[in-house]
Amino acid sequence: MSAPLDDRDHQDLMSLLGAWALAACTPKEAERVEAHLGECGRCAEEALGLRDAATLLEPQRSLDLDPGLRTAVLADCLARRPARQPLPSWAAPFDAEAARLDALLNDMAEDEWRTPVSLRWFADDQWSWRRTTVAGVVDHLLAGDGPLARAVGLRDPAGTDPAGGPPGHLPDAGDGARGERCPAWQPWRDRTRSLVRKAGELGGRTGERTLPRAAFGDPGRFPGDGDRVPLSDAYLDRAFACWVHAGDIAEAVEYPYAPPHGPHLRLLVDLNARRLPGSIAGRRRAGLAVSPARLTTAGTPGRTLHLEVEGTGGGHWYIPLDSPVAGVSRTQARDAVAHVALDDVVFCQLAAGRTSPEDAASGVEGDPAVIHDVLSAAAALSRP
Amino acid sequence: MAHETPPHWDRSMRQRLRRGEAAALAELYDRFASLAYGTARRVLDDEADTGEVTREVFSLIWQSPHDFDPDKGPMRSWIAAAAHRLAVDRLRRRPGPSGASPAEQAELVRAASTAARADYIVTAMPAPLRDALELTRFQRQDCRQMAERLGISEAEARRRLRLGLQLLSSAARYSPDAGRPAEPGREHA
Repeated sequence: MSAPLDDRDHQDLMSLLGAWALAACTPKEAERVEAHLGECGRCAEEALGLRDAATLLEPQRSLDLDPGLRTAVLADCLARRPARQPLPSWAAPFDAEAARLDALLNDMAEDEWRTPVSLRWFADDQWSWRRTTVAGVVDHLLAGDGPLARAVGLRDPAGTDPAGGPPGHLPDAGDGARGERCPAWQPWRDRTRSLVRKAGELGGRTGERTLPRAAFGDPGRFPGDGDRVPLSDAYLDRAFACWVHAGDIAEAVEYPYAPPHGPHLRLLVDLNARRLPGSIAGRRRAGLAVSPARLTTAGTPGRTLHLEVEGTGGGHWYIPLDSPVAGVSRTQARDAVAHVALDDVVFCQLAAGRTSPEDAASGVEGDPAVIHDVLSAAAALSRP
Repeated sequence: MAHETPPHWDRSMRQRLRRGEAAALAELYDRFASLAYGTARRVLDDEADTGEVTREVFSLIWQSPHDFDPDKGPMRSWIAAAAHRLAVDRLRRRPGPSGASPAEQAELVRAASTAARADYIVTAMPAPLRDALELTRFQRQDCRQMAERLGISEAEARRRLRLGLQLLSSAARYSPDAGRPAEPGREHA
């Protein structure tokens, strides 16, 4: 190569090759580079290679993976090699909902974290509101997972404590940015992972393991009135909260957000249907019921309401109206004093305080006072 | 997004997969599904085929966690390479455009493979290089504006562009067939 330039000029022009390949130098610099390329074979070769490389740059597209793919891929893997430590069916909705919310949060722009969100709930037959932001909702979820995490023996999440995470803790994609956007995000995700892992370790059938009801500080949160609460219900309760609040976030930032996978949705509908009798009794005790009470003596059958939930998460439930602990026989079911039909997602929205009793039912039949009481009791299942 | 998982995480994940922990599989999916999916989609440009490759990648590592050897590199590269290889295999099996000669068909495959590798290189390169490339390429900033935006000297801005493109130019030399296991990996009990 003939080199009329001194080495400093050559070095200088060589340092410009990247900028030249991306058309990011000044016209004057480009002119100098191009003149040099005619003389310097080494630079010419590199310049062509870099220009080809520049054409390979593509804007990073958001992937927006279908949650259905996750379900399908995991099911396929487990069919090929069954898990030695499977994830209990009652923990699957929590696992899926936490992953979905995390993906939604990953897709959000920085300023969207400050979008206002209002959380609504129905207590004492009145609506209450609390205003917060998207970041505040994540913080709220983190706090809400706390009692369950402590009850199953997990330590408080790292992230709030930079000294160390759980064993094997690994920052997620853009972890540094996560903390800046929302300090609760990573600790929330870490804790949901630990809870899922814990569920696998504990195992057990639905209802097999229990936790003290007092651990949750909100006795009406779970079905029944015993001292112990099924572990399975505690996980379903957190899955439900995760979905409801993910919906709040999605609505605030105007992202589409689908309901949970059908079989998961059904477990969440079932949890709320089982919570209903306790809520009906609670409203009656508080003097909010409009339908007359009917005391049942032991052995006498009480009245029931036929709750028909439509959709992939749906089914039929027969809700005892006179005593929360009354069993319901087939005969009673046939003689239900009222029938309420509503959509699976709408029923969950009602139980979450995201829709009102007046707007929920798509079809009602029977005693209007009973129907009013049951729909109001469903709304009263909602929590701050 | 240069999120390489530290070796201890990779080892512990492999261990958990080997133990057959379903929660570990879910965690693995959440961490790497977009990497596998994104790589495969760049090669295949088809949603159904991309989903299939994603399924194959996770099924591979779940069924034989020992095929991944932490001494040979991070799990992230392993997943990307597996997705790349499986996607290229699938593309090769696809009937080419009518009238395309075998050489033209091979060229299509090569171009798709290079593009996918380039995407991977961009996500895996140090963030300062990636930011410099993206500001100039997609926001049409010249060197001076980009240097100002990033608070660096113009010389540093030039250096980052050149180095970034040098890394990227290695995409064309990547072979999806390198490191292909000669036979199905054996699980050591």
